[in-house]
Amino acid sequence: MPANMTGTVARPVRDGVGLGLAVGVSGVAFGAAAVSAGLSTWQACALSLFAFTGASQFALVGVIATGGSLLAGSAGAILLGSRNTLYGLRLADVLHPSGPGRLLVALGVIDETTAIALAQPDPPAARKGFAATFAVLYMTWNLSTLAGAVGAGKIGSPQAFGLDVVGPAAFLALIWPRLKAGRTERTVALGGVAVALGLTPLLPVGVPVILAATAAVAGALWESR
Amino acid sequence: MTGVWIAVLVTAGGCYALKLAGLTVPQRVLANQRVRRFAELVPVALLAALAAVQSMTSGQSIDLDPARLAGMAAAVVALLLRAPFLVVIIAAAATAAALRAFGVG
Repeated sequence: MPANMTGTVARPVRDGVGLGLAVGVSGVAFGAAAVSAGLSTWQACALSLFAFTGASQFALVGVIATGGSLLAGSAGAILLGSRNTLYGLRLADVLHPSGPGRLLVALGVIDETTAIALAQPDPPAARKGFAATFAVLYMTWNLSTLAGAVGAGKIGSPQAFGLDVVGPAAFLALIWPRLKAGRTERTVALGGVAVALGLTPLLPVGVPVILAATAAVAGALWESR
Repeated sequence: MTGVWIAVLVTAGGCYALKLAGLTVPQRVLANQRVRRFAELVPVALLAALAAVQSMTSGQSIDLDPARLAGMAAAVVALLLRAPFLVVIIAAAATAAALRAFGVG
């Protein structure tokens, strides 16, 4: 295989498969949390199959677990999913999905697939990375949700395996190249962190992360002064 | 139980619609340089925020769990050493798991 093929095709697939497996297994934690909160196994699986966006799924289950209203739970979960709209806006520019295929691609627009796709040097590599991440993460996430829901209470705490650090460490690793790309990127990342942490005690779970997007607004406006 | 099913289906439908909306919005929206740069910077802001919130909070409170923070520190060290993606993840999880096995956090 020529060196350039290794660089543009094999690497996005390898990274996507690796990320899909690594993050997908945390579906065990979601399945277990959902059933512990009072959802049935099928309700847990339906969320993973059709919502397929981890943070929103955890947000809904978290509200149900603490006895919050279902309306507030759904509203918070959907609001948290609004970042996927912004990802989709960005991905459409790279993936150019069309026709019925767009309906399937849409299901795969999440943090991890976006991060892998946008980390690639060109659109063909981005499409490979997106497809590999989506396919592997979707399968792993759904199978591990089922396993976690069925096995809830039987397995030990996911924390004992350090699985609660997998998500944040993956997000950090994925933005790392872009933190090195420019000062605006670093400032925006720090701004997003400050907004999210500062607002966490004041606002419902999930909302501070969405408001971190204001750091991106500020960065874009500042650059175009 | 029916109420929970409605919440599950509304959440799933809403999340899917938001994803599809992003792909469907006309591309000329991105022709504006400022909008384009905003769309580029959004994942940086949100992923950084997610990483911070998932590693330093629990519910609505700041929660500095030593094992979790050590795991994140291990990830930073691995990244500085230019370790491959999976090595970064494994270093983070293994560090947190090892510290917990010794009763930390």
